[in-house]
Amino acid sequence: MTEAALSAPVASPKVDRERLTAIGFVLPSFVIIAGVFALPLVLLLGVSFVDANGLTFANYKRLLGAPYYLWVIWNSLRLGLLTTLIAFLISYPAAFALARARGPLRSLLLATLFLPLAASVIVKAFAWTILLRSDGIVNETLIALGIIEDPIRMIFTETALIVGAVNIFLPFMILPIYAIVAQLDSRYAEAAATLGASPVVTFFRVILPLTLPGIIAGVALAFSLSVSAYVVPTLLIGEKYPTLATTIAKAYLLAREPGFGAAAGVVLLAIAIAVVALSARLSREPK
Amino acid sequence: MTRAAIIVCWVMAIGLALFLIAPLLVIAAASFSPTPVFDLPLTGASTRWYGKIGRLDGFWPSLLLSLEIALFSTAISLVCGTLAAIAIARGKLPGANVFATALVSPLMMPGLVLGIALLQGFRAVGFTAPWATLLVAHLVITLPYVARTMISGLARFDFTLIEAARTLGCTYPGSVLRVMVPALAPSFLIAGIFSFLASFDNYPVSIFLADVRTKTLPIRMLQYIEEAPDPTLAALSTLILAGTVILLFVSDRVVGLHRMAGTSD
Repeated sequence: MTEAALSAPVASPKVDRERLTAIGFVLPSFVIIAGVFALPLVLLLGVSFVDANGLTFANYKRLLGAPYYLWVIWNSLRLGLLTTLIAFLISYPAAFALARARGPLRSLLLATLFLPLAASVIVKAFAWTILLRSDGIVNETLIALGIIEDPIRMIFTETALIVGAVNIFLPFMILPIYAIVAQLDSRYAEAAATLGASPVVTFFRVILPLTLPGIIAGVALAFSLSVSAYVVPTLLIGEKYPTLATTIAKAYLLAREPGFGAAAGVVLLAIAIAVVALSARLSREPK
Repeated sequence: MTRAAIIVCWVMAIGLALFLIAPLLVIAAASFSPTPVFDLPLTGASTRWYGKIGRLDGFWPSLLLSLEIALFSTAISLVCGTLAAIAIARGKLPGANVFATALVSPLMMPGLVLGIALLQGFRAVGFTAPWATLLVAHLVITLPYVARTMISGLARFDFTLIEAARTLGCTYPGSVLRVMVPALAPSFLIAGIFSFLASFDNYPVSIFLADVRTKTLPIRMLQYIEEAPDPTLAALSTLILAGTVILLFVSDRVVGLHRMAGTSD
């Protein structure tokens, strides 16, 4: 007789009590997630179908039918895509150097990742407004180096926005990649080389597939954070680059149009859920 | 790796380190600016802006409010999140994986959307007291950090150690206190620090729940920056940064930064 059969009947008092204890342990967290997260989001979905005249699709028609708001949605996506792409191009090679670093150098490099991660987003965005002013350090350095002659206008341009966003969301990209690269067994690459693979082939056929889980996690995090960023566009570019996030804030805080704001919120939420679902699917797929 | 690839990796890593740290150094330098404009490089040094922080309009109530909300929400989340993580790690909970995903899912959701959803939700049930709504809302901000850290911390904990301690004559509460608590202390500290910082720095959720008299520090700071940015703000930012540095330094001494990066060595 197997052990499983011996431990039957299933509904023994001990199993019951353990299960009840487990349910009791998760109950407070369940109440918070259900009551203060899931239910309000469902309610928001409901509000997005309501306006002054009752049930309606008008909010979505306004959001998805007007060229202006399609441009706003594109602005959000563009911010997310550019930030994610640039952050990835910097992070991926840097993660390999970080994984090779030892001793005090590794501590120093990790500190430069964690300190900005722990620092306030508002403080960092404020720092970029100082750095990028026309009489700011970046301009004066470029002039001193002879690269430009007159100060160029950087603050309140898309360049400023992307530089600030990459700066703020970079740690979210590099940390998951670093966590995977640090565990990478260098013997795989050596084996590939022994079997006659060129460095390029080794990279694309061995290293890249092995580090893919870290890339997926980093891209998903950096994109979902930058596509919905609010403080960064508000401080670094302002009114002329409206995004879904700034549209939501305006609808609630200034225009008092909760239905329209909710519809914009649902669109932003749908983008975030799509990214999460896609990354979960990609990281489950067998190699 | 080829030599060229290694050089590219190092150039990127050093560039990245400088790029990430630059805004923090600039804020610190600007806080000592001798003039009201941010004259960099500095032509002198002045500490007078630090003295002016306390006179910023509405500064003290906002600082106190942010500290209260961050401390209380972190404390509640540490208790709830750790209990949930224990139940998930023990494996006696039906649907544990789904629930674990649900617990950390607010991390991936746009903060602003959560903010308006909570505003609608609280209004619908007539829950409008700003302090209490902020606290309840910040539970959703802090709980995912605690759950994520404690679930991965407990995944490495061997629950049979508690049984072993009991076999050796320890009482059940005694074995939890002397075996489980010390083993989980590093995870607990990391969870606490990150959830405190997440709450203390939150803007997108708080902005929809605050009113004229109840404004958290990030809301106040954004308002100062938009109205009249001067080195006083840089001084305030520098103090917040200094506090963060101390927190990280202490946690590095206690548990090591590389553990936060998710590597085990």
